[in-house]
Amino acid sequence: MLGNTRSFPGLRNHPFNSVLTEAGKIILGKEHEIRLATTCLLAGGHLLIEDLPGMGKTTLAHTLAKLLGLQFNRIQFTSDLLPADITGVSIFDRTNSAFHFLPGPIFTQVLLADEINRATPKTQSALLEAMEERQVTSEGQTRELPRPFFVIATQNPAHQIGTFPLPESQLDRFLMRIELGYPDRQAERALLTGGDQRPRVEQLAAVFDPAQLADLQSEIAALHASAALIDYIQALVEASRRMPAFRHGLSPRAALALLSAARAWAWLAGRDMVLPDDVQAVLPAIARHRLRASQGNTLADREDIASLIRTVAIP
Amino acid sequence: MSTPAKQALDHGCPPWLIASALLTIAPHFEHQPLWLSAFSAALLVWATWLWHQDQRLPGRWPMIALVGLACSGIFVEYRTLFGRDAGVGMLVIFMAMKLLELRSRRDANIITILGYFLLLTHYLYSQSIPTGLWLIAALWIVTAAQIRVNGGPLCRIRETLRYAAMICLQGIPFMLVLFVLFPRISGPLWGLPEDAHAGRTGLSDSMTPGSIASLAQSAEIAFRVRFADPLPATAKLYWRGPVLDNFDGRAWRSSAGAIPRETLTFDSAPIRYETTLEANNQRWLLALDAPSTLPPDSSLDGRLTAQGRLPITQRQRVQLASSLDYRLNVEESPKILHQNLALPARFNPQARSLAASWRAETQTPQAIIDKALELFASERFAYTLEPPLLGENSIDEFLFQTRRGFCEHYAAAFVVLMRAAGIPARVVGGYLGGEQNPLDGYWVIRQSDAHAWAEVWLEGRGWRRIDPTAVVAPARVDSGISDALPAGEPLPALVQMRGTWLRNLRHRWEALNNAWNQQILGYDPQRQRELLAKLGLPDSDWRSMATMLGGLGTLLMASMLAWTLYQHPKHDPATRLWHTALRHLARRQVHCAPGETPLALLRRIEKTDPKLAQQLNRVVECYLLTRYGDAGDALNPLRDAVAQLTRWR
Repeated sequence: MLGNTRSFPGLRNHPFNSVLTEAGKIILGKEHEIRLATTCLLAGGHLLIEDLPGMGKTTLAHTLAKLLGLQFNRIQFTSDLLPADITGVSIFDRTNSAFHFLPGPIFTQVLLADEINRATPKTQSALLEAMEERQVTSEGQTRELPRPFFVIATQNPAHQIGTFPLPESQLDRFLMRIELGYPDRQAERALLTGGDQRPRVEQLAAVFDPAQLADLQSEIAALHASAALIDYIQALVEASRRMPAFRHGLSPRAALALLSAARAWAWLAGRDMVLPDDVQAVLPAIARHRLRASQGNTLADREDIASLIRTVAIP
Repeated sequence: MSTPAKQALDHGCPPWLIASALLTIAPHFEHQPLWLSAFSAALLVWATWLWHQDQRLPGRWPMIALVGLACSGIFVEYRTLFGRDAGVGMLVIFMAMKLLELRSRRDANIITILGYFLLLTHYLYSQSIPTGLWLIAALWIVTAAQIRVNGGPLCRIRETLRYAAMICLQGIPFMLVLFVLFPRISGPLWGLPEDAHAGRTGLSDSMTPGSIASLAQSAEIAFRVRFADPLPATAKLYWRGPVLDNFDGRAWRSSAGAIPRETLTFDSAPIRYETTLEANNQRWLLALDAPSTLPPDSSLDGRLTAQGRLPITQRQRVQLASSLDYRLNVEESPKILHQNLALPARFNPQARSLAASWRAETQTPQAIIDKALELFASERFAYTLEPPLLGENSIDEFLFQTRRGFCEHYAAAFVVLMRAAGIPARVVGGYLGGEQNPLDGYWVIRQSDAHAWAEVWLEGRGWRRIDPTAVVAPARVDSGISDALPAGEPLPALVQMRGTWLRNLRHRWEALNNAWNQQILGYDPQRQRELLAKLGLPDSDWRSMATMLGGLGTLLMASMLAWTLYQHPKHDPATRLWHTALRHLARRQVHCAPGETPLALLRRIEKTDPKLAQQLNRVVECYLLTRYGDAGDALNPLRDAVAQLTRWR
């Protein structure tokens, strides 16, 4: 009844469970990160993955898209990328003597925006506006993006050369920010002996379809969150505003994000109610990119988030 | 030395501690030497600057040098490191210096505890109402600082202050119980032997021209009186101090040597009253002429001056009774009469010849007295607080040249004239009149009411009071000093105020101070017995008081505990049951970590004690369902599960 937070088989009888298990076969030793990425998707938010090249960011995005039966596009961000390269351009069609809109790569269901901080702020903001509005306005015409629309952006650590760090207001549009990190010794060994898993991604069969996903998202959004749990989220947000370790606290939007992500996490754990455990599980991914350490211009420290959790009593 | 992160002091703490230090040491600046105050103030400013600039605190060696400097400074100043002044000085400096050592929570706790101790030291210097108010405010801030230091950066300023105020208020019932019931010792709670040597203004046992006039410029309160019997409307209140019967040409003193006991006859009913004397380092009790009943341990000295056994070094209450009509020593010993006729030979020839001429003209002593008073009544004499300085033959100069003087000039001149004319006479020092506070009915007698008058001995009448000032300035005797003096005299502003709102305010303030002195500071073993008797506890000794103290203390604690428990029914039944389970776990040395969820706790216990986890599983399940689920009420299953857990061994 309470589900299980330790491993995947929380949703034994639900078809969604195979999404997690299949993805776990491709990206080895990253169950928690896969679960967080899936949570983000189920909560209807966009995901930012920050890590060094070669850690499997692209593979993760591609795998999820495949398993969910979603259309997948990828944009490699560079410093000379223009907004139109993302949203699309209108081309004059001689046969019809009219302009014809060529949709850009953004018109897809899962968009992998690789190395988003290599592009100029103008291009970045074109993508981020589309993420927020879920539509593209070009030459006076507004075009809806497909549903569901899910952006997985990857980012190199900010101190690398030739990067334009995303401003705080843009970071806030990502529901979650995760790091993949190095695989553990066992997973890396399995990777080395079992060969590259990436070609397998193309052959993956969808285990879910977009219509099911939309139903699931609305089911999760209605998951029961008791007054005591809302109290807990409020207490966390208030404490973050008072802690001297942070320059400023969490916004109301962050509180909403925390609640919806906690719902998705609880659903993935096979529960029909949200527990403080779910809030604690998603809090680092929700809060770290929204908070600034009071000293220096860096993200909030992992340890400070942990002390935020320790400070607030469970209601 | 590095400080563990858990003990480290956050950046928000030092302002609280600096404020506490400032509040607790600032009142000492009033009586400390200037260098000491400046030194500690400089340390405070330094500490504030270091905090503001986020600078490193000074290292060990500079601090040791500072300690050495401070100690040697104190030693040079006081010639000792012990005793009240030196000890308090050291505490003040160390308090300021500790602010330069604020590294860990331990340092901060030292500051707050030293702050509480420093609060007490102020009572060694002053026990007035403003001191009390200041110290309450300081207590509040020190408590708030302690809350802030130990509560961490999450404490908001307003919450911290409110919480500290609440703690202080909660202390009030205990304070009252301790105040009323704590066994008292005779003598002041805060007095130290040193107090006796402190300089006090007041009437002295000698009188020179101008000495009372300068005393009259002080508005300080000399004593307060409350009459138990109604006072005759026409009563003249002469409060008798020392009798000055020895004149050396310049100063008047009390003559030494044995004096036979006086014989007193009273012609009117005694009036009972209670006098509260301020410390004056003298023995006289300033009784109303003439005292008929004296407190124990006191006596009349043969010249009608009531004297205690020891000098009055702190505020003291005495019960007295006096009859305003009396006859003193109708039969006087020839030796005393001779003493009261003596005049130094070389001085004041003019006055003596004037008196000799009066004696030749008239026959009765009364006629001579009238002549002298007529002389003073002539318009050439003026009553003033600023008499001109007088030379060697002071009486002559006053009588024939300056003719401006205060009461001591008139009393002295009158006595010299009488003695020269062969009538035994002497000067009496004391106070005249006073002012009744309409609010509490107490009479307040100030230094500005200091007065000197004369006494002459008449055959068949004994010693009789003659007040020459009454002739020169009748208003002085009838209505008080401020009416008797012309405008522009340097009388204290407090005494001058007439019929203004300020005067009303002063009455209120003095009534408040008096109540404070009488009820709070004057709460001695006797008052304690009286109060306890009123409460129905006659003959209480320290044992019964200690028992009552313990009983009432327990009662207060119990009622506060009950109140606290009553205040927290906010926890719903599920949470209370969960807390029961947690308490049970705590008995098994399993504690819930801060921020640990019930589920996480269960998982942790699963690893260490699977059997216990099995028992706990059901409790956690039911608790989470009730608290976070929407499946309805699982309270009864939870109750059963908790009961099962607590029974399980």
